[in-house]
Amino acid sequence: MALVLTEEQSMLRDSARAFLADHAPVAQLRALRDSRNPDGFSRPLWSQFTEMGYTGILIPEAHGGLGLGHVEAGQVMEEIGRHLSVSPWLASGITAATALVRGGTTAQQAEYLPRIASGELIATLAVDETRKHLPAQTAVRATLTSDGYVLEGQKTFVLEGEVAGLFIVAARTAGQAGDTTGITLFLLERDAVGLQVEDLVLADTHRAARLNLDQVVVAKGAVLGEVGQGWAVLQAALDAGRIAAAAELLGVAQEAFDRTVGYLKERRQFERIIGEFQALQHRASVLYVEIEMTRAVVLKAQQALDEGSAQASALVSVAKAKAGTTATLAVQEGVQLHGGMGMTDEFDLGFFMKRARVLQEVFGDAAFHADQLAQQKRY
Amino acid sequence: MVTDTEALSTFRSEARAWLEANCPPEMRKPILSEDDICWGGRQWQFQCEAQRVWLQRMGERGWTVPTWPREYGGGGLSADEAKVLAQEMRALGCRVPLQSFGIWMLGPALLKFGTHEQKLEFLPPIVRGEIRWCQGYSEPNAGSDLASLQTRAEDRGDHFIVNGQKIWTSYADQADWIFCLVRTDPAAKKHTGISFVLFDMANAGVSTKPILLISGKSPFCETFFDDVRVEKKHVVGTLNAGWDVAKYLLTHEREMIGGMGDRHGAKPLGQLAAQQLGVDALGRLADPILRAQIAQFEVDEAAFRITMERTMDMAKAGQGHPAFSSALKYYGSELNKRRHELLMQTGGTQALEWESERGQAGASARAWLRTKGNSIEGGTTEVQLNVIAKRILNLPGA
Repeated sequence: MALVLTEEQSMLRDSARAFLADHAPVAQLRALRDSRNPDGFSRPLWSQFTEMGYTGILIPEAHGGLGLGHVEAGQVMEEIGRHLSVSPWLASGITAATALVRGGTTAQQAEYLPRIASGELIATLAVDETRKHLPAQTAVRATLTSDGYVLEGQKTFVLEGEVAGLFIVAARTAGQAGDTTGITLFLLERDAVGLQVEDLVLADTHRAARLNLDQVVVAKGAVLGEVGQGWAVLQAALDAGRIAAAAELLGVAQEAFDRTVGYLKERRQFERIIGEFQALQHRASVLYVEIEMTRAVVLKAQQALDEGSAQASALVSVAKAKAGTTATLAVQEGVQLHGGMGMTDEFDLGFFMKRARVLQEVFGDAAFHADQLAQQKRY
Repeated sequence: MVTDTEALSTFRSEARAWLEANCPPEMRKPILSEDDICWGGRQWQFQCEAQRVWLQRMGERGWTVPTWPREYGGGGLSADEAKVLAQEMRALGCRVPLQSFGIWMLGPALLKFGTHEQKLEFLPPIVRGEIRWCQGYSEPNAGSDLASLQTRAEDRGDHFIVNGQKIWTSYADQADWIFCLVRTDPAAKKHTGISFVLFDMANAGVSTKPILLISGKSPFCETFFDDVRVEKKHVVGTLNAGWDVAKYLLTHEREMIGGMGDRHGAKPLGQLAAQQLGVDALGRLADPILRAQIAQFEVDEAAFRITMERTMDMAKAGQGHPAFSSALKYYGSELNKRRHELLMQTGGTQALEWESERGQAGASARAWLRTKGNSIEGGTTEVQLNVIAKRILNLPGA
């Protein structure tokens, strides 16, 4: 498969760009923050977003989605990154939906996927338990009783937790922390007894939650996939989330870079345009190359996932790692090269920096993924 | 894979038949070392009779330069036919019969800028590997700023007299002729007083001196011109417009080098390190900091490899910026240096053995030192970053 977009994919990108520029530009993020919006996102925008069909891109047509792939989803995610648009799509229509598509029974899929596609239901994965993403270290316990499974423990950094109606919880039914076998996925609805959701506002204005599971009972029918065999479905969902986050990071990096190059061409100091200074030119050139390389590897990973290639997971790790380090560099250079202005809240670049930092921690940062690759290559 | 048209299919069978009948078995073994490469030229000592015969047969057919016009000894093949020929050669394991600066650099320049007479005089001997060429560009005081070159060609009526010096001339001591940038109008502004000339290295006044690098022996030479006679008919392109010819050639050279960041057959660094240094109880490299550095390198190496793939795909689709080759050259050379730094760290004290029974004449250390030149030759990293800034990002300034 050639590493270029098809005409349809390019058109989707262009239409997403136009839509988001109109309906969810950076100013909207600022307004969400300043108004202390209780949901953490704009409901009207979310309606329009779902009307455009974006929410259902990765959901099969049979369940009300568009049945497209990760390349398509990535085009919209990159534009979301460029505009710092806020929506629950990454958590819900991408990550949680993939878990259901890969692991759900027909009944479970029919119950949840159409409502996720329509935007009516927000679903989210509950996997992290500590400061760093370490899914194999899952320690939240799920004990089988006559009533069903009893979940006990805490989850953190659950994206959109405050507004989610459905949590897909990774818990351990066997083995110990570090084992990839013995992990089971559970479908946990918002109104479950014993579930406490603590809302967190993150540095980038997005919302996440800490969950406290205090003897929460879930029916046996709420197991997603096979008991003790949840790892494969979990990985599939995480990979979908990771490559989407990588695409968003790419958009964040690209926009921060474009604005910075624009500034270098306008700003005058010392009787000249500062873009003439070779030191600044070289920094811009270095960043340009990093972004182009990130773009190539994100597309490659997206295509590999769509093709079901055996290399897909490894490529997703390369993409998430590269996108994380590139975006980190881009926003750092962005603030620095804008001088004092870059440090003001009034100026938008700070928002790009905050979003990049949060996205790094979503589903494993660059260090996590480099380590994954090393483990797979047995060193 | 696209299926052949009928004509192409016929060509394929004919090519295959000819190769099977004419490629000696010794020439179907892979090129394993520098010694297996055939450069041709007046001084050339063939490795074996098979090498000579293979060159002669391919040269006669023009298949050393498949797409050059028949008129000048080339194969006269279309791009598709040339692809088919390359596939058939690969399938049979046939070696490329000739490596040549004449083929890669001078030939394309002559085809574009040369007169009919020049093409007739110089192209056929290139095709047959009879004349070996070297490139006279850089001077001790004209490297990155090549246009400031000072080697002087004085007009003596029916010929020029050349005085000056070139440096970094690869294989000058093995070459028969040289294509050389000389200043023919010292009064003109820098770029506009340069001419592209050709002359015989056996001419009176030409001498060479090999350059030893920090890594040891190299093909590079200093080349000295002391009142050397150059014929007027051997100016390629317009007098004083040699810079246009040089620029055309440099694009080719940069693309040639750009692909060298990804050496096929390069061992995966992490696994090599695990072999050489051992792993802990969890199967991880005993040195965690080296492990992290290697892991980060492998992310970048994978990203670069995929970027090269994407660049080719985009070119086929008519997309992509022409100056992107500068990005590939810059990143590929820096990546190569990083790789060898990590190889030296991994190799530890054993990699330091320059002369010892098992040291392979310091192969590791020599390779590591040689890569330091990758970011300098063919346009320094700093020059490539300038090109990206000016031509892709459109940043202002000279």
